[in-house]
Amino acid sequence: MNIPAAANVEELAKLKAEGYNMLVDMTCVDYLPKGRTPRFDVIYRLMKLDAATGQDLGRQEIHCAVDELPVLRSVMGLWPNADWLEREVWDMFGVKFLDRPGIKRLLMYEEFSGHPLRKDYPIARRQPLIGPKSGEKAGSPSFNILKPTVTGE
Amino acid sequence: MMSDARARSQKTYMLNMGPAHPAMHGVVRLVLELRGETIVDVDAEIGYLHRAFEKHAESETWNNVVPWTDRLNYVSPLINNVGYAMAVERLAGIEVPERGQYIRVIASEVSRVTDHLTCVGASAMELGSLTVFLYLIKARECLYQLVDNLTGARVTTAFTRVGGVKGDLPADFAGKFRAIAKEVRSAVAESDKLLTRNRIFMDRMEGTGALSSADAIAYGITGPFLRSTGVAYDVRRAHPYAVYDRLDFEIPVGATGDNYDRYLCRMAEIEQSLRLVEQCLSQIPEGKHSLEPKEIKHAYEIQDAGKAGDTALLAKYAAKVDRTLEGMGLEAAAGTRAAGRGVTLPPKERTYGSIEGLMNHFELVMWSWGVKIPPSESYFAVEGGNGELGFHLVSDGGDGPYRVRCRPPCLFPMAALKKLLVGGQIADVIPTFGSINMIAGELDR
Repeated sequence: MNIPAAANVEELAKLKAEGYNMLVDMTCVDYLPKGRTPRFDVIYRLMKLDAATGQDLGRQEIHCAVDELPVLRSVMGLWPNADWLEREVWDMFGVKFLDRPGIKRLLMYEEFSGHPLRKDYPIARRQPLIGPKSGEKAGSPSFNILKPTVTGE
Repeated sequence: MMSDARARSQKTYMLNMGPAHPAMHGVVRLVLELRGETIVDVDAEIGYLHRAFEKHAESETWNNVVPWTDRLNYVSPLINNVGYAMAVERLAGIEVPERGQYIRVIASEVSRVTDHLTCVGASAMELGSLTVFLYLIKARECLYQLVDNLTGARVTTAFTRVGGVKGDLPADFAGKFRAIAKEVRSAVAESDKLLTRNRIFMDRMEGTGALSSADAIAYGITGPFLRSTGVAYDVRRAHPYAVYDRLDFEIPVGATGDNYDRYLCRMAEIEQSLRLVEQCLSQIPEGKHSLEPKEIKHAYEIQDAGKAGDTALLAKYAAKVDRTLEGMGLEAAAGTRAAGRGVTLPPKERTYGSIEGLMNHFELVMWSWGVKIPPSESYFAVEGGNGELGFHLVSDGGDGPYRVRCRPPCLFPMAALKKLLVGGQIADVIPTFGSINMIAGELDR
């Protein structure tokens, strides 16, 4: 099911009211090389779980097409686990979410630049390693294993 | 004086647990805010074991991703292998021969037992019960040897292939399993005697880290954790895959959703998993079983088929197969493998013994020659050691996945960690974190 990204909270709240009580997963696919616009497809996966019997009464796969511009709003208010899932989507794809307190990377470290699961992020790209606190910001070549000897230091 | 003491008691302080803390099961960092010994706030920092599973998978062929999946939940690697292979098969519309499906269920359940033994053993050790740890890890070692016998490796199993499994069950697998099951049962029974009514253990486990079923559902928690809150949701029952619909098993549930219930659920599930393997071993069909997969035909395959008529050549160059590759031999393949050469690797005798086999092998592993799946998108989940282990796959018709998303079951209880810990004591961190069974490989991917 596709829903417009600008109305994601309303549409998902409607589904939650219908009984989809679990946000099973949330992820994103980057369609940049396929030339699709908008380039990202954010996927919400919902389940109607009957707590009494443990039966799965139905699932929904919700697709939202978005660009880098922040259009999607956070669904943390509907399902609290959306917090981490949104952090991961931001971390890996750089898709921004509105209406939520500041966003932090989930898997990568703060000094990491770029969003690794984007299709234009080269798999072999190296990032400067973060060394012990030397007062220097990341980017210092002394910790970069590609350049083990730094002359003039 | 009084106001000073009050001010001191109001003051909170930060405490770092991890990333290299013996109770943090590998690498995760908890930043605790404490008032005295009471936890006021928690922030879990994850990602220390991020190895870019999803990114790597996108640059590999469909079959080459299987070894990566071992490294997700590394105490139950076979379930990951099965989950990934079945997700790809769902995408491609391939059906695995019945015997292969039974073998996958056997492998998954053996792995589930190793997962639960590790979790219970490690949590017990962290609460001071080293004896239980040794008993359970010894039992796990027996199962690892069984897995070694089946797959050729204790942990890095890479057992499944798209369209089948690596090989048939080794000789006298059933007998070996019976002997080991006996050992596992006695270890579990002894641990049960040592722990279940143990005052120290109960004091630490009962009532700590409790979560209501409504909260567990809101946080997307599945697996033993959700079942401990009283919700009998199990992917094996809700969406039976492979041959689970033919097997009889119970879903143990808890009532209060605390650490103690999670411990009891896991202990009960070990017995259920052993029962499942026993049923599989008695039901598993003998002889050759190959349900034809839906055919995926390419020009090279037709060309290859024309050449492969020369079977005399095969007998002439009977290859000596390395002992470690025993399970991949011709005989083993005949019984279990999917019949499509467009999908599964040829048996090793063919690879080493005939030019067609060698070509077939390389065509499958070479870029732009391997398994191809029409453009599509699908999600498939299996019951992992920690809950619903899902793979969302997108194919663009190329050699490998366009996108692999692994739904790591232990991410969800980790996201609920604040809810579980705040208000408790610092000592509760250890049993609660232990019963989440966070596996960094799966959490960080």
